[in-house]
Amino acid sequence: MDAAQALADLTEISSQIDAAALFDADGIQGSTLADEGAARSLVEAATALLEGAAAFRSGGGDVTQLEASTHEGSVFVVCDGPRRIAATTGPDPTAGLVFYDLKSCLRGAAAEPPKPKRRRRPAEPKSEGTGEGEA
Amino acid sequence: MKRKLLGLLGFATGIFAGSVLYRRSAGRRRERVDVYFGDGSMVSFVDGSSEAETLLPIVRDALDAARR
Repeated sequence: MDAAQALADLTEISSQIDAAALFDADGIQGSTLADEGAARSLVEAATALLEGAAAFRSGGGDVTQLEASTHEGSVFVVCDGPRRIAATTGPDPTAGLVFYDLKSCLRGAAAEPPKPKRRRRPAEPKSEGTGEGEA
Repeated sequence: MKRKLLGLLGFATGIFAGSVLYRRSAGRRRERVDVYFGDGSMVSFVDGSSEAETLLPIVRDALDAARR
C-alpha cells in the first residue's frame, strides 16, 4: 500500500481526523491537505514538537508519540522508526482511537504491496511408453 | 418524612453527579502536551508550565496550517 492509499483509508476510517501528513527524513510522503504549503507547515510544526518535547527530557530519549490538546483542537504525532505521521483533530478527540488509527496508517504505508501469486504450470502429460525394450 | 428524605437524597445525588461531570469536563478542557517515550514513560506538560508555553504555540501553528 502506498502513502496516498494509506491516508485515504485513514480519513475514511477515522471521522475525528481533520488532516494528516506522512513524512520521513526525506520529506513529505503524502498528505490529506490540498495545499502543499499547509502540509509543509504541519510537518514542520510536528517536527518542532518532537524535537522540543525530546529536549525537555534530561538524558534525551526517543519520542514515540505525542498528543497536544488545545481548546481549538489537538495535534497527534506518531513515529515508527524513520516514518512519521502528524494529524490534527477537533477538540476532545478519543486519543486512544486516533493513536490506533495513525499507527495502522503508518504500518499500511510501510507494507509492501502483495506480490502476485505465481501460477503453477499445468503438469505436462506423461508421454506413454513406446513399448520399446519390452520383452 | 420519608418523602423529605427521598427528596434530600435525590438532591445530594444530583449535586454529586453534577460536580463529577463538571470536574471531568473542566479537566479535559485543559490545554496540555502528552509525550510518550520509547522506554514506555510518559510526560504531560500542562498549560502554565514553561514546557507547555514553548510547545503550545507550535501546536496552534499546526492547527492553523491544517485549517488553511
